[in-house]
Amino acid sequence: MNFLKRQTIQAQQNSGSVALSRRTFLQAVGAGGGLLIGSGFLAGSASIAAAQSLATTSATAKDAPVFNAFLKITPDSNVTMVVKHLDMGQGVSTGLTSLVAEELDASWEQMHWEFAPADSSRYNNLFWGPTQGTGGSSSIANSFMQLREAGAAARAMLVAAAAAEWKVPAEEIRVSKGIISHGKHSSSFGALVAKASLLPVPQKPALKDPKDFQLIGKTIPRKDSNEKTSGKAIYTQDIQLPGMLTALVAYPPQIFGKVKKVDAAKAKASPGVVAVVEFPRGVAVVAENFWAAKKARELLKIEWDLSACETRSSDELFKACHEAASKPGISVKNAGDAVATLAKAEQVIDAKYELPYITHAAIEPINCVVKVEKNNCELWFACQMPTIDQQEVAKATGIKPENVKINTLYAGGSFGRRACPSDYVVDAANIARQVPGRAVKMVWTREDEILNGRYRPMAVHHIRGAVSPEGKAVAWQHHAVAQAILRGTPFEGFIQGEVDGTVAEGIEDMHYAIPNLQVHATEIPIKVSTLWWRSVGHSGNAFVVETFIDQLAKAAKKDPVIFRRELLAATPRALGVLNLAAKKSAWGKPLPKGVTRGIAVHKSFGTWVAQVAEVRVKDDGSFKVERVVCAVDCGVAVNPDVIRAQMEGGIGMGLSAALGEAITLKKGVVEQTNFHTYPLLRIDAMPKVEVHIVPSAEMPSGVGEPGLPPIAGAVANALFAATGKPLTKLPLGNKV
Amino acid sequence: MISLTINGKAHELDIDPDTPLLWALRDELQLTGTKLGCGMALCGACTVHMNGSPIRSCSLPISAAAGAKIETIEGINSPAFQAVQQAWRELDVVQCGYCQSGQIMSATALLQTNKNPTDAEIDSAMSSNLCRCATYHRIRGAIHQAADKLGGKA
Repeated sequence: MNFLKRQTIQAQQNSGSVALSRRTFLQAVGAGGGLLIGSGFLAGSASIAAAQSLATTSATAKDAPVFNAFLKITPDSNVTMVVKHLDMGQGVSTGLTSLVAEELDASWEQMHWEFAPADSSRYNNLFWGPTQGTGGSSSIANSFMQLREAGAAARAMLVAAAAAEWKVPAEEIRVSKGIISHGKHSSSFGALVAKASLLPVPQKPALKDPKDFQLIGKTIPRKDSNEKTSGKAIYTQDIQLPGMLTALVAYPPQIFGKVKKVDAAKAKASPGVVAVVEFPRGVAVVAENFWAAKKARELLKIEWDLSACETRSSDELFKACHEAASKPGISVKNAGDAVATLAKAEQVIDAKYELPYITHAAIEPINCVVKVEKNNCELWFACQMPTIDQQEVAKATGIKPENVKINTLYAGGSFGRRACPSDYVVDAANIARQVPGRAVKMVWTREDEILNGRYRPMAVHHIRGAVSPEGKAVAWQHHAVAQAILRGTPFEGFIQGEVDGTVAEGIEDMHYAIPNLQVHATEIPIKVSTLWWRSVGHSGNAFVVETFIDQLAKAAKKDPVIFRRELLAATPRALGVLNLAAKKSAWGKPLPKGVTRGIAVHKSFGTWVAQVAEVRVKDDGSFKVERVVCAVDCGVAVNPDVIRAQMEGGIGMGLSAALGEAITLKKGVVEQTNFHTYPLLRIDAMPKVEVHIVPSAEMPSGVGEPGLPPIAGAVANALFAATGKPLTKLPLGNKV
Repeated sequence: MISLTINGKAHELDIDPDTPLLWALRDELQLTGTKLGCGMALCGACTVHMNGSPIRSCSLPISAAAGAKIETIEGINSPAFQAVQQAWRELDVVQCGYCQSGQIMSATALLQTNKNPTDAEIDSAMSSNLCRCATYHRIRGAIHQAADKLGGKA
C-alpha cells in the first residue's frame, strides 16, 4: 500500500472541477472555509499509475493536487464525510462515515456525509483500479484503511494546531468525541480548523489499536434513518429541477428489438406533451408530467423490428442447456481423477438442476434525470458506476467525459441493476439531448422495468458424486451451463480465461475438501440480457452445491452438520460459522412435530455465512419457513447492526427468489409484467431471523451480498429432511 | 376543478380527472414522500390515508378523491404515527428506504385501529406493502415496539 505524497484541497463542488491549491482555496473561501482533507492512498500499481498520470496530465499549476478528498470540517465543527460509494440500502453512508469518525475521534452526532462526485482520480474503488463504482460487496473492504488514514491525518493536524496554540506537547493532547483537550485547555474541532488546515498532512498517520475503537464494532444509529422515515430522503424519482420534464419510453416488446416505423401524430397532440423523440432502443414521450406522458405513450403507433430477438420458450432453453450439460464443457477445475473414481464407485448420486432467470425488481423503478447543454451535461440519479456511466454518456452525447457531471442520489434499491453497462443512463441521455436545455426525468414503470430487466442468468447443472463405503465424499463431477453475464458488455475485459467466471463461481472454488473434483463450465448463448443480481453466480450455485452436499450426506448416512465438518476440517472460518449456526439453532435437538431443519454454508466476497432454516410442512404439503439462524464471519465487524440488517435482508431476498421468482419466456417474450406475475416475498412469509457474528480481527469483508446465497439451500435441505425427496429446481413454490 | 384536503390544507386542483392521486401529490404538490412502485396497487409504496384509512394512491383517480381528507407521510402527525416513526428509528428498520413511507403509513393505520396487534395481525395488515430489502423482520419488531409505547399492552 502506498501513500501518495500529494494532498489536496478542493473547491466546493459548485465551483466546478477546477483544482485550486490549498492557499488559493483558503484565500477564496476566507474565514468561512473549512478543512478539507483526503489521503491519496491507492492500492495496486495500476491505480497508482493511473492517479499519477491523471495528476500530471490534468495539472494546470505546478502544485495541482491528486484529488482524493474525503472529509471537510467547517468552523461550526460539522464534519462532512464524502462517500465514494452508492448507498442503495446497504448502509455505506453510515459505515464509511464511522471509519473516518473513529480515527478522527469525532462525536457521531457531528458527523454528516454527502455523495462524492464522479471523479475516479480521487474516488476510485481501490479493488477496481482506476474505476469509481460500487459492487462486489467491496465498499467497506476497499475503504477500511483508506478512510481510517483520512480520519487519522485530520486528527493529527488538529492536534498539531492545538499543540502550537497551547504550547504543549502534541503527545499529551487528548481527543474525544469531537473535543480536543489538554489540562485547562479545551477546543472544538471548528475553532482549530483554520490553523490546522495550513499544516502539512501527515504521510503515515498513526492508526488506533483496535482495542481503543469507540465506534467500530459498536452499534451506532444509521445516518439515513431520519430522512427515510419522514419522506424527506431524495431519490431520483423525487428530484425537483426548474422546468423539468418527464419522459416515458415505448420500448420494443423484446429486449433486442428496434424501432421500424413510428406514427406519433396522436401522441404529439395529447395534452401536456412537449416532444416525441426516437432513439435506438425506443420512442420517448416527453411531457409536462408523468400522467401526461403515460397517456400519450399509449397513443403511439410503432412497428418494431424484432429480427434480432430470441424466439425460443423457456422449456426449449432448458432443453438446450441440458444438451450442453450432457457434453464436455470447458474445464475450470480438475483435482484428482473424478471420472475414474466415479467409474469404480459403489454408490453414485446423480442430480440435474434447473435455475430460472430472475430479475432485480427494486421497488424504485429505474429512472434517470439528464440535462444536456451545448458542451456539457448534468445527471441526477442513483449512480452506481460513475466512471462507466460518465464515459457512456459522453459517447452518446458527444460531450467530453470531464464535462459530464453526475450528482448521485439515494437508490431505492439496486441489487446489481444500477451497476450496469449504462443501458438506462444512455437511454435517458439520448432523450435529453433531443430536448436540449431542459432537465428530463426518464421514468420506467414497473412493466418497463421487468421487460427491460437484465436478468440473473438461467442455469442448468449436471452433477455426479460418489461416497465411499466409509461414508466419505470421494468424487464430484460437475458441469455448470449458464448464459454469461459479462460477454459482449463493457465489462468483458473482466473475464479471465475461456469462460465467464460467474458460471461456476462458488463451485470450482468450493470449500469442501473433495479429493477428486472436476468442474466444467459452458456459456450458452441466449438473446436475453443478463446482469449480476445480488451475489451473482453464488445466488444459484450455492443452492446447487449445498443441496448436493445433503444428498451425499444422506448417501453417507451422516448428519449434514457432521458430514460438512469432516469436509471443512482444513477451513477454520467455514467451521466457525458452521459450528456457531449449529449451536445457536440447537442443531440435533428435537423439534415440534412437522418441523425440520436444513443447513447451508457458503463463502462469497470473502465472507463466510452459515444458515439453519426451520421449516414447517403441513399435511397438505404446504410449508412455511418459520425461523432462520444465521452465523456470519466478515472479519472485523465494523457496524454490527448494519451487518445484522444485511443478513436479514439477504435471507429475505434469497427466500423470495427461492420460493417464487422466475422470469419465463414464451416464444422469446417475457411472460411477467408486474408483481402479480412476478411475486416478491411479503411479510407473512418472512421468518424470524437471528444473526450471530463471529468475533474476528481479520480485515473486514463485505456483507451486502453474502447473506443471500445459503438460504435457498438451507430451506431445500429442511424440505429434503422432511420428505426424503431432493429438490433440484428453483423456484421451490409453496408446496412439496 | 377537484377540491380535496391534503395534510389539513384545502386544495383545488385543475388537472385531468383521471390522474391518479399519486401523481397529483407528486407532480402538482411536490409531495414526493409517497412513491411509485408498481402503478397497480400491488406493492404499497404509494400508501396514503384517505379519511383515515390506508389506500393505494397509484390506482385512485383524483376524481374519486374529491372532497376527501388525504394524509401523506409529510403531514400525518397522529400519536400512532409518532410512535411508529420513533420505533422505526430506534430499530433502524430502513435499508434503501424507498418503500418505507408506505410501510409507515400502513403501520400507522394498523395501530390507529388495533392497539396491540399480534404477529399474525401485523402480517395481515402489512402484507400489501412490499420491501425488496426485506426489512420485514424489523418492521414486525418496530410495530410491536410502537404498540408498547402507545400503551396497548397492559
